[in-house]
Amino acid sequence: MNGAAAAVSPGGSAWRAAWRQLRARRSALLALGVLAAIALAALLVPCFSPYDYATPVWTRIFTPPTLQAGRIFGTDALGRDLLVRVMWGCRISLLVGVAASLVSVVIGVLWGATAGYLGGRVDGLLMRTVDVLYCVPFIPLVIVLEVLFGRNFLLVFVAIGTVSWLDLARIVRGQTLSIRAQDYIAAAQALGVRPATMIRRHVVPNLIGLVMVYATLTVPSVILFEALLSFLGLGVQAPLASLGSLVADGAGEMQANPYLLVIPAAFLAAIILCFNRLGDALRDAFESHRG
Amino acid sequence: MARYLAGRLLTAIPTLLVIATLAFMLLHLTPGGPFDSDRILTPQIERSIAARYHLDEPLWQQYFRYLGDLARGDLGPSFQYRNTSVNELIAQGLPVDVTIGALSMLFALLAGGALGLLAATRQGSVLDQLATSVAILGISVPVFVTAPLLILVFAMRLHWLPAGDWVSGSWQHLVLPSVALALPYTAYIARIMRASTCDALSQPFIRTARAKGLSPTAVLWRHALRPALMPVVSFLGPALAGVLTGSIVIEQVFGLPGMGRYFVTGALNRDYTVVTGITVLYGALIIGLNLLADLSYAWLDPRLRRPA
Amino acid sequence: MAEARGPLLEVRGLTVRYPGPRGGAGGGLRAVDALDLDLAEHECLGIVGESGSGKSQLLLALLGLQDPAAQVTGSVRYRGEELLDAAPARLAALRGRRLAMVFQEPMRALNPYLRILTQLTEGVRAHLGLGRRAAAARARELLATVQIDAPAQRLRQYPHELSGGMRQRVMLAMALMCEPEILLLDEPTTALDVTVQAQILELLRDVRRRTGVATLFVTHDLGALAAIADRVAVMYAGRMIEQAPAAELYRMPYHPYTVGLLGSLPRLDQPLDAPLPAIRGQPPDLTALPAGCAFAPRCARHFAACSTRPEWRSVTPSRQVACHLDGPAAAVGVGP
Repeated sequence: MNGAAAAVSPGGSAWRAAWRQLRARRSALLALGVLAAIALAALLVPCFSPYDYATPVWTRIFTPPTLQAGRIFGTDALGRDLLVRVMWGCRISLLVGVAASLVSVVIGVLWGATAGYLGGRVDGLLMRTVDVLYCVPFIPLVIVLEVLFGRNFLLVFVAIGTVSWLDLARIVRGQTLSIRAQDYIAAAQALGVRPATMIRRHVVPNLIGLVMVYATLTVPSVILFEALLSFLGLGVQAPLASLGSLVADGAGEMQANPYLLVIPAAFLAAIILCFNRLGDALRDAFESHRG
Repeated sequence: MARYLAGRLLTAIPTLLVIATLAFMLLHLTPGGPFDSDRILTPQIERSIAARYHLDEPLWQQYFRYLGDLARGDLGPSFQYRNTSVNELIAQGLPVDVTIGALSMLFALLAGGALGLLAATRQGSVLDQLATSVAILGISVPVFVTAPLLILVFAMRLHWLPAGDWVSGSWQHLVLPSVALALPYTAYIARIMRASTCDALSQPFIRTARAKGLSPTAVLWRHALRPALMPVVSFLGPALAGVLTGSIVIEQVFGLPGMGRYFVTGALNRDYTVVTGITVLYGALIIGLNLLADLSYAWLDPRLRRPA
Repeated sequence: MAEARGPLLEVRGLTVRYPGPRGGAGGGLRAVDALDLDLAEHECLGIVGESGSGKSQLLLALLGLQDPAAQVTGSVRYRGEELLDAAPARLAALRGRRLAMVFQEPMRALNPYLRILTQLTEGVRAHLGLGRRAAAARARELLATVQIDAPAQRLRQYPHELSGGMRQRVMLAMALMCEPEILLLDEPTTALDVTVQAQILELLRDVRRRTGVATLFVTHDLGALAAIADRVAVMYAGRMIEQAPAAELYRMPYHPYTVGLLGSLPRLDQPLDAPLPAIRGQPPDLTALPAGCAFAPRCARHFAACSTRPEWRSVTPSRQVACHLDGPAAAVGVGP
């Protein structure tokens, strides 16, 4: 009984309850805070720093991190300030992460909801396609694409977009199916509610929570994928730096100058970790509310 | 069960077809040919090479020839390495990937399973929280970050294990790559195992087992373990696929002579056959491994193995 | 030596309490509230109550299998030995061996991943040290006792391959493997079809006859108890409110709730269009019980004294009631 009531009054109580649960989990709030701090820094630091990310400074190569002289993170092989480059890297990771996730969420939700709601042969076709795509070895294909079409930032998006929506589509489909089987849907249909209204009032609010959780969890895997591509040399073009390419550069120098590896690696790991923690907490919050 | 198997094999074929076609199309429909970057050739030699490799035939003819060869398991000759077939290249590189992949998977299963089990049986304790935090760290830190860090610590600073320069037959070279590749999957498996063990322990049949006076050990191992493992087995399919494609990165970092190396150079040099061949192989392996994992799942659950 | 060891099962003041959200005394509920109970050798005590009356919680608390969040106080003595503070190893040694339980919903109470043979024999192999062959032989014997056909074949099967009635028989056989002294049955017939229910009840009677095991039979079905119980106890809101020999209770209930319960059973000799009598009011909210008698809000006979909790007293040598009324509710006036 209670579940139906909560679902028919869309969203409101679910959001508030979830937010309350989220607030109670300290580590999730910490994760949110760290992410906000990094985003802010990534936005502001390059604007205020006297150094830029591309110009080589041959007299100052491989300076280790120091607190004075404003070279907080030191410089790299070309004398470029690491702090600024890392901040640019964060910008790219966050931008790609959020944007590509949004795209894949939109595709995944539409795909899955359509399959789940319409059922029958449409469902079969849509999900068979997902099964086939699942088995495609993406990294090899992306490598091929990159090498053939060159290092195109748009291509990075496309590549990531084709990979990440699959899981979400499956999950959304599953949830749509179970929503469709609920009694309150049958009741609404018996009352003559039109399909469009049905979707708007009954299906979508029940999906929002789930989509929010998995969208938050998609971001880190997208960031990871972009970082991987950059690491392999297939992501953003030099001199622009993504955290992945910074790690790659740092790995090459790690014997003599480990800070070039450790610092970007730490930022990358922190961003991914925080998103994961946030997504986990959201999932716990929504699941315990649905109970 | 047999019907399930037949059904899965049936869908595997079109999937492979799609992958093979995708690979073929990508390569052939983009500018550049396999011999472009070579030394300048006379038109005569160009024509004879083209004829030899059937590159002068219309595209659809090349496609069907390609499919036919695939069906016979012949992946064709490499364009880069004259006198070597793709099959031979694969035969050189595959064992490395398989070894590393198998070791990684084994490590991930044992370590992750143990960690998850431990955390679940001591729910809420400090150990549990620690294990959970380590696990989330494990899935957040990418392989290409941990691998160099592992090299930094264990090879360069501590000098316990070698960093690269693969020498076949020496087990020390296997350790770092396998562990690096295994770490994220260990974390995933630990998380899954913890959740599924907690879930299994809350089932009614556990209460029945306790009511019979069985020891906590017997209850855990005989009654809870099997249902707890099911989600892990379910995860094995995607995990094996991930390990396979993840080995490309590992090869790069550790300098291992696996298939990934041939693949990347093949892509750079427009070596059609190598690239399509390895892509199709990866695809087939992923499909096969997924199938194996799903079959194991169906076999392990008596309700699926012997429908009432 | 039975006499020297004390009564078979003696429960005094058993309380199962779930603390409220803040963990303190505020909020929270008592699933079982200061309950007294006795079970003699070979006897069958039926415990009847509606959903939420605490009867399942009672059984679980006897074996120490209650929810970890629950706090259990009081005394449960098995042949004079206190169970509530017994060491876990001692409890494990008693469970299955001397006190055995049969759960409801046999599909969920059996492990779907293990064969019937394994689930039947693991108890007897752990407690009595029987070898594989001997244990299997005993399992076959018991399957025959519970009237399952083709026992050898059934042993190799998995729970999902058996019908509901067969699974319940297997649960019964499982409980009897170590020849326990007390059989605790938690709604063994509830999840079954009516025809199968009758068969299981008949089977239980047969088993009692043959083995003389003492039985605690928990159910919401008064009709089932009429066929099998020596004595019947009635629970309401976690409290025991009446207890008497079965025939006496059915013939002349004392407590107004019992009267209402018996009165609400549909009867074959009623006219078809007569309304079904029901107890007025709502089932009790365990988190907000009135001080005093828990049934008072729904009782037509309640008066001033009902604002204090009635004590559990013997109104005749064989009957106990927790009610302020001075005689059977029917005698004092019509029930609720």
